[in-house]
Amino acid sequence: MAMKRIGVFICHCGRNIAGTVDVKRVAEEIGKREDVALSTTYIFMCSEPGQKLIEESIKKYNLDGVVVANCSPTLHEKTMRNAAARGGLNPYRVEIANIREWAAWPHEDNPEAATRKAIRIINATIEKLKANASLEPIEVPVIRRALVIGGGVSGIQAALDIADAGIETILVEREPSIGGNMFRLSETFPTLDCPQCILTPKMNDVAQHPNIKLYTYSEVVDVSGYMGNFKVKIKKKKTFVDWDKCTGCGECLRVCPITVKSEYDLGMGNRKAIYIVNEQAVPLKALIDEETCIRLKFEKKVREGKIKPKKNITICSKCADVCEPDAIHFKDNEEIVEEEVGAIIVATGYEIMPAEAFPELGGKYPDVITALQFERLLAPSGPTAGIPRRPSDGKVPKKIAFLHCVGSRDPEHGVPYCSRICCMYLIKQAMLYKHALPDGEAYNFYIDIRSNGKGYEEFYVRAKEEYGVNFIRGKVSKVYKVGDKYRVQGVDTLTGRIVEVDVDMVVLATAATGSSGVKELAKILRIPYDEWGWLKETHLKLRPLETPVAGVFIAGSSQFIKDITDSVSQASGAAAKAMAMLSQPKLEKEPILAKVDTEICAGCGRCKDQCAYGAISIDPVRHVAVVNEALCEGCGACSANCPTTAIQVVNFKKGQIIRAVDILAEVF
Amino acid sequence: MELKKIMFYPGCTLKGVAKNLEDSTVESARVLGYDFVELPNWTCCGAVYGLAQDSVKFTIANVRNLIRAKEYAEEIGDNRLVAVCSMCYNNLRRAHIDVMKNRDRLKTLNIFMDEEPDYNGEIEVLHYLQFLKDVVGLSNVKKCVKKPLKGLKVAPYYGCLLLRPKEVAIDDMEDPHILEDLLKALGAEVVDYPLKNECCGSYHTVDKREFVAERTYKLVSVAKEVGADVIATSCPLCFFNLDRRQEIAKDKHHEFEYMPIVYFTQLMAIAFGIVSEEVLHFDRHFVSPEGVLSKWL
Amino acid sequence: MKYTIKEDPHKKEEVKEIMELSGQNIFKCIQCGRCSSGCPMAEFMDILPNQVFMLLQEGDVDTLLQANTPWICAACFTCTVRCPVGLDLAAVMEALREVQLRKNYDYVDPYKVEERDILPPIALVSNFRKFTP
Repeated sequence: MAMKRIGVFICHCGRNIAGTVDVKRVAEEIGKREDVALSTTYIFMCSEPGQKLIEESIKKYNLDGVVVANCSPTLHEKTMRNAAARGGLNPYRVEIANIREWAAWPHEDNPEAATRKAIRIINATIEKLKANASLEPIEVPVIRRALVIGGGVSGIQAALDIADAGIETILVEREPSIGGNMFRLSETFPTLDCPQCILTPKMNDVAQHPNIKLYTYSEVVDVSGYMGNFKVKIKKKKTFVDWDKCTGCGECLRVCPITVKSEYDLGMGNRKAIYIVNEQAVPLKALIDEETCIRLKFEKKVREGKIKPKKNITICSKCADVCEPDAIHFKDNEEIVEEEVGAIIVATGYEIMPAEAFPELGGKYPDVITALQFERLLAPSGPTAGIPRRPSDGKVPKKIAFLHCVGSRDPEHGVPYCSRICCMYLIKQAMLYKHALPDGEAYNFYIDIRSNGKGYEEFYVRAKEEYGVNFIRGKVSKVYKVGDKYRVQGVDTLTGRIVEVDVDMVVLATAATGSSGVKELAKILRIPYDEWGWLKETHLKLRPLETPVAGVFIAGSSQFIKDITDSVSQASGAAAKAMAMLSQPKLEKEPILAKVDTEICAGCGRCKDQCAYGAISIDPVRHVAVVNEALCEGCGACSANCPTTAIQVVNFKKGQIIRAVDILAEVF
Repeated sequence: MELKKIMFYPGCTLKGVAKNLEDSTVESARVLGYDFVELPNWTCCGAVYGLAQDSVKFTIANVRNLIRAKEYAEEIGDNRLVAVCSMCYNNLRRAHIDVMKNRDRLKTLNIFMDEEPDYNGEIEVLHYLQFLKDVVGLSNVKKCVKKPLKGLKVAPYYGCLLLRPKEVAIDDMEDPHILEDLLKALGAEVVDYPLKNECCGSYHTVDKREFVAERTYKLVSVAKEVGADVIATSCPLCFFNLDRRQEIAKDKHHEFEYMPIVYFTQLMAIAFGIVSEEVLHFDRHFVSPEGVLSKWL
Repeated sequence: MKYTIKEDPHKKEEVKEIMELSGQNIFKCIQCGRCSSGCPMAEFMDILPNQVFMLLQEGDVDTLLQANTPWICAACFTCTVRCPVGLDLAAVMEALREVQLRKNYDYVDPYKVEERDILPPIALVSNFRKFTP
């Protein structure tokens, strides 16, 4: 039944609207309508008295619909709907007419036009509102389990927080061990903590927590469902070793004849074809790399028919021979498992650009490395036992140049943003180098020193005063090899001179980007991402941990590069949001969804093809479209494609929209 | 064997001081099956491209050359214009790209040169290295090698104008390898020369030759340090600066040792078995390369 | 050394002239210094390329017109291809030369040139094009 007693509340918004739009005149014009029972203005509709005005007017004037003419509905639609509900009116009989962003702000130079436009917008909104139905939110059940994707410090923290609240949590990590990039570091700024020491307690908590199910060397390959009800497929990658039997004793590593560069050490150290990532890995299990193990390579060629052995030969089984628990079976044990969860947190971290991307800075030379690689050379548990050595000849470098801003703040050759953590970690690395080698010389070439955290500026001062690190303000343009040394061509913009220095090693602070493979994962989750692989939050300032997909949250460096303090904070924040969702008995879903008029529907299926959420199916017996209300997000793509208008989004029916558009387009 | 005719733009310097570059280019192309015919009525390219936004006068000469090329292209049935002097290549190509991007500039020039036919982007400007890679193919170059330059350590030197600005670059600006690939096809051993794309000092050789000598000192010393016997270049100005200015460099830095400079086309000619002085003109070199190249001469 | 700012550099005619001639928004420069550290001629300049841009950003074109920097520039474009914000510094150097050359100023006197029989023609042509009106 069309509404007959509509209340229209026009907001001044201080001077934001009233400074341009003549709100009193608007209220007068609208009040002339027959279907409007109340047309009034107020200075701030979003304030407490403003909301009270709506509540009381509904009762006083017996209103059957409300239009609030104020700012964008993304800001206060919910506020006004809640106020109406308190006044006894169904909240879906409330519409917002945006006369700030659409009338007042764009036409500040033409108040007359702005006022006429505001009237037209409100009229159009009333026309649309009149056919609104009262709706009740849809209730969906909640599976009281959470999934955390990514086992770095953020993922670990989030998983622990949720598990400590008594909610079962699944943690999926694609490397053989959890720990992420933080575990690779030598020490953390500005506290100079040993990251292995402060992280292993949390890693062990994860491994032993009764509420955490840990999948490592595994990846999420499919996600379907909706908030509170996600179905997730996890691929457990092939290890060729039975992890239920493996004790992590490490005997197999000792006898394996194949040595290759270690990914964990980013090429700075070696591992065997059968390997354990590091001595503190969680879980401490061995796995075989099928690209380098000679036996697995042979067996693969035999399977493909490339080699036809005359008799059954075993190429090599040195590792299996020494394995007491008999865990090494060389069989492809890849497996897909399915889990059901109610909330998902994505904490996939970051990576930094490789040195080879910067040939003019000598990126192809073995002694020109990225800062993460240098961390491995500084780490006490690293391949050089904490004494930095040149990858080329193993000599200890007497002079090191640390280059800031390589690829960052560089829209032409890299990324436009600042990678946030590099200033601090380069200062730290210079300090640690000087600590290991007091006679060593450290030269940091920077543009700005960004030390804006707690204790950060003091850390920078320490580097200068206590450790004698040299800081030269100017970006280096070229590094090249002359004999045994690397010539750094830099500049000091402050003294106005070209500065040149010959060093033994160059460390590049390359730009940070989202982890590799994150774009594919984002597509599976249907969450947005930007061109550098950072996951997109709903609102940068107010909702940095949420994504447009309800129930999927982001935390840590997956959202944007950040230091450990912020990562841990965000992880707990995302965990809190997930817990808020999972601690409710049922979840409420907005009822603005698609509905099918089965009398008209011919079952052509065009709506089903359009649906990005897989929410529509065609009933094979009745030959009509059926909407799964839990999956539907009310986007309207189905309705736009329906040739008969059989499927429409409630309260956004074709007639409503056309009537509103007619009024808005009147002026043409 | 009938040779395919290709339009060749020599530029002023190749007709005189850099005759060794012209002759070795034309003769090496002949061995590969191409007759580099000189563009009729060509004029000087201007050497440097005018960068002021409000003036088109520096582009006139180059567009006129492209119009000459357009007319000759219709005669020989091929729209490719090959240049080997880096400056000529840079100017012709920049002019072409400039007027294709800024159509109002092209319109102004076409109207100004009303006695000429209009230019509408008909010509493809190529540097000889691009021609060798894309049209001839390095495997065909290799087939024509009679005396592989095995054991000759060459430092490839691009200079500035083959690689900058980005729109005219014949390969990656920071890490090119088109010249290295050619030298390897000739059988030479290419050294990793980190200063291969650094400026020689260019036109300062006229009034500030001491500055250029400092650049020469740096570029040649580093070439020696990485083990080069000879530096191969493409631009006559780079050649002059790296070669002739070694005299001043030695005067200022007594430990400096001379190194011969050659054009990559001279190395091509030698590898193809062409060793006559009429083509190589070694008498135009300040530091004679005869000693270093004696094995193949 | 003191420089008093009397007018917003964005409004100064001399700065606008350089920007128009070169087609570059010099206010984009973040003073990283990469142009200077890569410039082959910088060691011979009295004001470095990045300092040129700072002087422009402060509106002090007068000091620039007395500096030798635009006349030491070799137009090699190394700065242009390395600048992170995509400025064409070579064009700005050209603009600084042009505002002087167009007043009929000869930086080089063609009659005083030596070695005319051995200099490659491109050296003379390029030199005169950059250094004479």
